[in-house]
Amino acid sequence: MKRQLFTLLLTLACPIVLAQDLLITGANLYSQSDAGIIENTDILIKNGRVEKIAPRIPTNKMIRVINAGGRPVTPALFAGVTVSGISEVEAVSEAVDSSYRELYTELMHPEFDVRMVYNPHSSVIPITRVEGFGFTLLAARGGDKTLTGQGGLVRFDGGYSSFEGKPVVYVQTSGRSAGSVGGSRVAHWMLLNQAFDEAMTDEELTLITPQGAATLKNAKDEGLFLFHADRAADIMRVLAFAEEKALSAVIHGGSEAWMVAESLAAANVAVILNPLKNLPENFESLGARLDNAAILHKADVQVIFSSGETHNARKVRQLAGNAAANGLPHSAALAAISSTPAAVFGGESRSITHGSRADLVIWSGDPLEVTTQAQHVILGGIPDTMVSRQTLLRDRYLDAANDMPRAYISP
Amino acid sequence: MRSSLAALLSIFTTTVSANPFPSTYEPLPSSPTLITEATILTGDGRRLDDADMYIADGKIVWVGEGTVPLEGVRTINAAGKWLTPGIIDVHSHLGVYPSPGVSAHSDGNEATSPVTAEVWAEHSVWPQDPGFSRAVAGGITSLQILPGSANLFGGRSVTLKNVPQKTYQAMKFPGAPYGLKMACGENPKRVYGGRKQAPSTRMGNVAAYRASWIRAQRYIQDWEQYEQKMAKQSAGLESDSNSALAAALIKPPKRDLELETLAGVLKGEILVHMHCYRADEMMTILDMADEFGYQLGTFHHGVEAYKIADELAEHGVCGALWADWWGFKMEAYDGIQENIAMVDRPDNGCAIVHSDSEEGIQRLNQEAAKAMGKGQAAGLDIPPERAIRWITSNAAKSLGIADQTGTLAPGKMADVVIWNQDPFSVYAKAQQVFIDGAMVFDRDDETLQPVSDFELGQLLEAAP
Repeated sequence: MKRQLFTLLLTLACPIVLAQDLLITGANLYSQSDAGIIENTDILIKNGRVEKIAPRIPTNKMIRVINAGGRPVTPALFAGVTVSGISEVEAVSEAVDSSYRELYTELMHPEFDVRMVYNPHSSVIPITRVEGFGFTLLAARGGDKTLTGQGGLVRFDGGYSSFEGKPVVYVQTSGRSAGSVGGSRVAHWMLLNQAFDEAMTDEELTLITPQGAATLKNAKDEGLFLFHADRAADIMRVLAFAEEKALSAVIHGGSEAWMVAESLAAANVAVILNPLKNLPENFESLGARLDNAAILHKADVQVIFSSGETHNARKVRQLAGNAAANGLPHSAALAAISSTPAAVFGGESRSITHGSRADLVIWSGDPLEVTTQAQHVILGGIPDTMVSRQTLLRDRYLDAANDMPRAYISP
Repeated sequence: MRSSLAALLSIFTTTVSANPFPSTYEPLPSSPTLITEATILTGDGRRLDDADMYIADGKIVWVGEGTVPLEGVRTINAAGKWLTPGIIDVHSHLGVYPSPGVSAHSDGNEATSPVTAEVWAEHSVWPQDPGFSRAVAGGITSLQILPGSANLFGGRSVTLKNVPQKTYQAMKFPGAPYGLKMACGENPKRVYGGRKQAPSTRMGNVAAYRASWIRAQRYIQDWEQYEQKMAKQSAGLESDSNSALAAALIKPPKRDLELETLAGVLKGEILVHMHCYRADEMMTILDMADEFGYQLGTFHHGVEAYKIADELAEHGVCGALWADWWGFKMEAYDGIQENIAMVDRPDNGCAIVHSDSEEGIQRLNQEAAKAMGKGQAAGLDIPPERAIRWITSNAAKSLGIADQTGTLAPGKMADVVIWNQDPFSVYAKAQQVFIDGAMVFDRDDETLQPVSDFELGQLLEAAP
C-alpha cells in the first residue's frame, strides 16, 4: 500500500515544463558507452530523450540549436553522497533533516527515509545544477545509531519526487561513530547481527520496529546497504557480513580500500571514496593515498567519488580531476561521477546513446579541469536557465555602484 | 655602588624579553642552481616565457638574464615547465589540529575564555604532523599557523618555513612578525553563549573586543609612565645617589601576557588576522580599528568580502578567502565563487587564497585556478601572472614577510616551485620545491620526500 502511494506521488509530481526539441551541434561527446568519445557529432533531442547521434543532422527552422563548437558534452554529473534539499545550512539545525538522534524509542530506525522531506526548491539545488550536476545520492547522515536510515538517487530537475533507483540503507561501522553505541565498533556488529536476525526471522523485535524490519527485508531483496568503513580490517568485516546475510553492499569512505582491492573485486562491491584523502586523519585511515582509486580501478573494483559536502558538492569534479592526475584513466574518473553511480544505485543509465534520457552538459573545456565551466546544463531535454542564488548575488555586486542601494538591483 | 644600582635596575628592564622562543631556523644545504627555459610567473604580476633564473647562497640572484660562475653550478632544464615563487598559505592549522585528528591532538582552540590573547599557537604546534610534508608536495614553502576561532581573541599566530624539523623553533620564519587571531560572528557567540556566558550575541562580541582594547591602552600608558619616571630619576643618577635609590624602588607594572599581545597590536608590532564572514561585521571591525588606532591586517574567510571590495582596498586590508566553500553556517550563506576575483579587482585590492584545511593547503594552486576561472567567466581579465599573486606576494604582504619572500626578485629568499606544467590546472604537480635555495622536495626522488616520525613503520604488511 505504502509503495503504491509512493508511485502515485511520483507520477503526479513530474515537472510540468514540456521538453522542446533540441539539437546540439558539433559536440565532442563523452558518451560513457562502448562508443567512447564521439568527435564532432550532432545530438538530436526529442521529448526529453536522445533521438539521434550523428554528424550533421538536418533539421527544420523551428528547432532550438545549441552549437557546442567542438567542446565536450557529458552526461549531467553525479554530485556525490549529499543531503541536498534536506539541509539548507549545515549548522542551522532547524533547517536540517538529514539525521535523527535521541528519538524517544531508543530503537534503530532504518526506515527513517530522507526522501520523504526532500525539497527541490532548496537554493542548494540550482547552485549545484549550474555547475553541471544532474543527480545525487541522498543520505541519511550520522545520527547516533548503527543503522542511520535510508535514501536513494534523486535528479536535480526540480521535481518533488524525482527519485530513481534502489533503496539505500546507511550503516555505520567506523570507530568514530562507535562512541554513541557503547564506545567500541564491536557494538555496531553486535547490534547489526541482532537487528538482521530479528528482521529476517520471526524473532521478537527488540532493536527495530516492524517498519524497520520491513525496510531491512526490502533492502536485502531489492536494495543496497551502504557501509561507512575506512579501515581495511573493517572493510573485510563488511564483506564477510554481506556474504553471510546475502546483502548487496557498497563501501563508503574506503580510505584503505586499495589494501583489499582483490577482495572487493571478488565480492563485486563498489567503493565510494574521496580521492583527495591522503592523510592519516585517524587510526582508520593510516593507509590513505592519492592513487587509491587508480589501484581499485586496476583491480576491477567499481569506484564512485564523493566529497562528503553538500553545499560545495560541485567540488566532486575537482576530485575526479585529481584522481585522473594520480593514475586513474580519464574515462574512469568521469564514469566515477556519472555512469558508475547510476549503475550501482540502480538509476537510469547515464550512457548517452539512442533513446537515453537527455541529461547532458556542454562544457567550456575538459570536464575534469578546474578552470572549465559548465556552459549549458540540459535535464530531460530542457536547457537550464543557468541562474542560481549565487549567480544573482554575483551580478548584483559585479557592476559599479550607482546612487541607489544594491537592494534595488534585480539582475 | 653605581654598578650595583644599575644591576638592580636591570632586573626590571630585562624581565621583558620580546622574543622568548626565538627562531633557530637554518636553511638546509644548497648549491648554486640555474633553472633554464621555464615559463616564469614572478609573483609581482609579470610573466616571462622561455626564461632562466639563477639562485645561489639561498637567495635569488637574477631572473631573466645574468651571469653564472663557470663551475659548481647545477643546471635544471625546465623547458615546458613553470616556475613560481614558493606558495604561501596564510591560514593553516597544521600542527595545532594535526593528523591524526584524535582528541588528544586537539590543540587549536583554548576555548575556556573568550579572550585568550595570551596563548601562542606555536606552543601547540606538533612538528611531526604529516600534513607539513603533504603541503610541501603541493609547493607550500611558508605558512601561518593560527589558533582557531572559538575565541574573540584566539592568541598569537606563528609563521613557519615548511621544513621538516624536530621543533617549531627550527621552522620559525626568521624575522616574521607575530600575528593575532581574532574572530567575529557566530563561533565565539555560539561557544560562550551556549554556556550562558558572554558573549552570546554579535553586540556582545564587539563590547568584549572594545573592553579588551581599553585595557590594553591602559597597559601601554602604565608602562609609558613607568618608563618616564625611570628616565627622570635616571637623569639624576650621576649626581644624586638618593635619586638613584628612588629609581631602584619604582616598581614596574605587573607583566600581563594577554595585554602584552594586545599592546603589540596597538603599537603596530603584531598583525591582526580577523576571522570574519559578513560584510556588515567587517565594516564594524574597520571602525573599531580606527577607534583604537591600529591598522587591520587581513580578514580571513570573508565570504561576503565581494560586497565591500572597494572599502577593503581603501583601508589597505587584505581578504584571505576560499574559492568555493559556503553554506556550512548562516554567516557563510552568501558565498560566491567570484569572491576572490572581485576583491582583487579594485586598485590596491589584496586578494589571497587561503586553505584553512589540511587538504586545501596541498593544492592551493587549484583553489586559485578555480577562483581565476570564475573571475574570467564573469568577464574579469585575470591572467595567471595576476592570479599567482593571490598565493604568493599578497600572502607574503599579509604576513609581513614581503621583503623576504613572495616574489622572484633578486636578493629575496630562494623559495621557488618548479611545476610540471601550468600550475592553474588540476593536472599540475609541484616537481621540485626549494626553500632558501635548498631542494626540499623532488617528485622524482624518494630521498627528497620527507616522512614524519608518526608515519614511519605504519602498515608494514600493506605493500603498495
